Amino acid sequence: MNNMTRKMWAIFGGALALYVVIVLLIAVIPAIVESRIPPGPGVVPLTPLQEEGRQVFASNGCDYCHTQQVRPIPADKVFGRPSAPGDFAYQTPELLGSERTGPDLTNVGQAKPSDVWQYIHLYDPRAVVPESIMPNFKFLFRVVDQLPAGETAVPVPAAFAPKTGHVIPTQKAKALVAYLLSLKQATIPGYVPPAAATPAAAPAAAAGAAPAAAGGYAYDAGKGKSLFEANCSACHQSTGEGVPGAFPPLKGNAAVDNADPTLHLHTILHGASGVTIGGVKYTSVMPPFAGTLSDDDIANIANYERSSWGNHAKPVTADDVKALRASGK
Amino acid sequence: MAVTAQDIDIGRTGSAGSGGEAANEDPALAALFKAYVVCATVWLLFGTAVGLLLAFKFGAPDFWAAKYLTFGRLRPIHTNDVFYGFASLGLVGTALYVTARSCGTRLYSTRLAWIGLWLFNIAALAGTIALDLGYNWGDLEYREWPWPIRLVFFIALLVTVWNLLATIARRSSHDIYLSNWYIIGGFLWTCVICLVAILPWYQKGLGQVAISGYFMHNAVGMWFTPLALGLFYYAIPKVLNRPIYSYALGVLAFWTNLIFYPMLGGHHFLFSPLPWWLQTTAIICSVGMLIPVLGGSANYLLTMRGRYHGRIESYPLAFLFIGVLGYLIGSTQGTVEALRSLQAMWHFTSFTVGHSHLTMYGFVTFAVWGGIYALLPLATGKNPGRLGVAMHFWLALVGVTIYVVALSIGGSIQGLDWIRGLPFIQSVMDMKPYYLWRGVGGILMFLSHIVFAWNVWRMTAGQPGNAPSPIMEPEGEVAA
Repeated sequence: MNNMTRKMWAIFGGALALYVVIVLLIAVIPAIVESRIPPGPGVVPLTPLQEEGRQVFASNGCDYCHTQQVRPIPADKVFGRPSAPGDFAYQTPELLGSERTGPDLTNVGQAKPSDVWQYIHLYDPRAVVPESIMPNFKFLFRVVDQLPAGETAVPVPAAFAPKTGHVIPTQKAKALVAYLLSLKQATIPGYVPPAAATPAAAPAAAAGAAPAAAGGYAYDAGKGKSLFEANCSACHQSTGEGVPGAFPPLKGNAAVDNADPTLHLHTILHGASGVTIGGVKYTSVMPPFAGTLSDDDIANIANYERSSWGNHAKPVTADDVKALRASGK
Repeated sequence: MAVTAQDIDIGRTGSAGSGGEAANEDPALAALFKAYVVCATVWLLFGTAVGLLLAFKFGAPDFWAAKYLTFGRLRPIHTNDVFYGFASLGLVGTALYVTARSCGTRLYSTRLAWIGLWLFNIAALAGTIALDLGYNWGDLEYREWPWPIRLVFFIALLVTVWNLLATIARRSSHDIYLSNWYIIGGFLWTCVICLVAILPWYQKGLGQVAISGYFMHNAVGMWFTPLALGLFYYAIPKVLNRPIYSYALGVLAFWTNLIFYPMLGGHHFLFSPLPWWLQTTAIICSVGMLIPVLGGSANYLLTMRGRYHGRIESYPLAFLFIGVLGYLIGSTQGTVEALRSLQAMWHFTSFTVGHSHLTMYGFVTFAVWGGIYALLPLATGKNPGRLGVAMHFWLALVGVTIYVVALSIGGSIQGLDWIRGLPFIQSVMDMKPYYLWRGVGGILMFLSHIVFAWNVWRMTAGQPGNAPSPIMEPEGEVAA
């Protein structure tokens, strides 16, 4: 019997010991090393509210459809620069994810910086992205008859809003949106993206895709369209019609379809808030693009907007943008 | 040594006799085996009902979108319940039976095995409730449960492996049959996996990513794979009434699997900021896996050689045969997927969901079913109905085929959309028909599980059916 037990331990003890050695070498030791990676430049810890939002994110399994890692391959360029080890220093538990049923969120705070957009999108994703298959998160909101003091109602478009009452976010929704808006890649000093491509300015979508309305406009219509889709269409929509009551239309917009481009370009460069357009007052804030888009890009976007959806305003040039940028706010 | 072991096993499997005999031999073991199978079946029904609901939500995202029914909470409930509830309980139940029988002895402790069953069930139930309440530890695949619950699972493992080792220590022959190598290996390695996954000290930021890559693949390939292979090594010769083709090949596959498999987990994070050497090691080991996979599959298929005409006559063998094919195809696909150029297209797409169902369903689940249909009647002396087993087999096979083909095509389209730089939403729209077909496959799969539950009922508590004994007549006596 003793002999038989010895044989048993020889096989199983050997298999166990070999496995432990392998695990130490390929998992535990690399993990110890990786755990010590210091935060990258500009990578900061989350605030308590953002941290709470991160919990809401994990509790509700957002990570099963949204990754948070940008790979150094062309398909991922649209989501930002490749993720660097220092980006994850404060991320425990990690939320890198393994599936992209929906888009990557590494940079969503940069790509969709409007809290109003985030609230509407969580309340009913189809109100802002008609083809979306994301579930609604109405359980993160309350519907009240009387707006409590200090609360702002989410301007959900009528077709998607409850018949009566105001939609207001719960604490969990506020935390979640704070977290989503915190998701911005820190700039790595000295990092130059390959081919200096602007995200989503995919050459594949070029020339042929120029809208018919471009007519006699001399600008890169393909580039204008893809830049618009990447930076503007989340709120203003691909149709240029905006989201009723939440984001203003560009189609027939007095500032866009105007011979004088000053207000149009100024808004793209410096953003806007609390504006009234076509008699509707908008509470949402438009972020400035002066820091993220070049003169050339802005001119392309502006010309795309000025020549689409029936708009027919005088084209602008990169020099116009440059002059306005130089004159400051 | 291999020859001796082989000889011994011919005698053992050959002497199996009819089901009734075995049931009388060890009623305590039969009761235990029954209980494990029944629990596994309940978890299968629940876990896949949730899975079906999830598939439906892809087409109707606002359907049952309330807090406790939201997609993101049910998704881990589906994966964890089929993982820890169904597949684990099914394989632990068959392992207890296989170990006792192949050692020619009784279980060291029936009581420990019952305690194990309770602990496995308590962990799965508590995990399900925790996830639905939103206690999800960072959406980390297969380790979402709060750590105290994972500790319960770990204790269940320890209790069971202790019981199995003590059983093997009192075996009736000097050699340890190959099945037990795989079974005990699976348990011991999984104990290490659980421990490594729970301890927090090296799991900060990217360090945790390294552990995630290790964990999510080892928890599959060092747990389900060895247990299912161990079951193959017992059930296939048993059903065929002939010895395994090559004992030595089985031993080679055992050690090569041990060397290559643990290191391939990093391929879940190709192109991530994890160290490049770790990713490359993972790719090399993914290719190295071809050795145990081809070796093991060849061994099973060669054991079945010449008896393929008997495949359909013997449904237990048909399930085991599909299980072997699932292992061969799913694992080879995994190797191909791990190559960087293909990973760039398929990673993050639904293709990987197809892959996980090809392996966890086409391989592991069919192995569990094959094992249950082959061995449970021997333990209880009750056979299922012939029609029931046939319906189960064909519904499940056609269902999973539709499922995997749909997601493989859809996932490839998704990946190509991204490479072409189309707006992201285009990939969502392009997936629509494939999500629909996945649902169709899922419905067939779920229907097959209901039939399976009926078959389990007939093999345990209900009126026995008319299916023949799972043990086939020895060679030469079967007419084509």
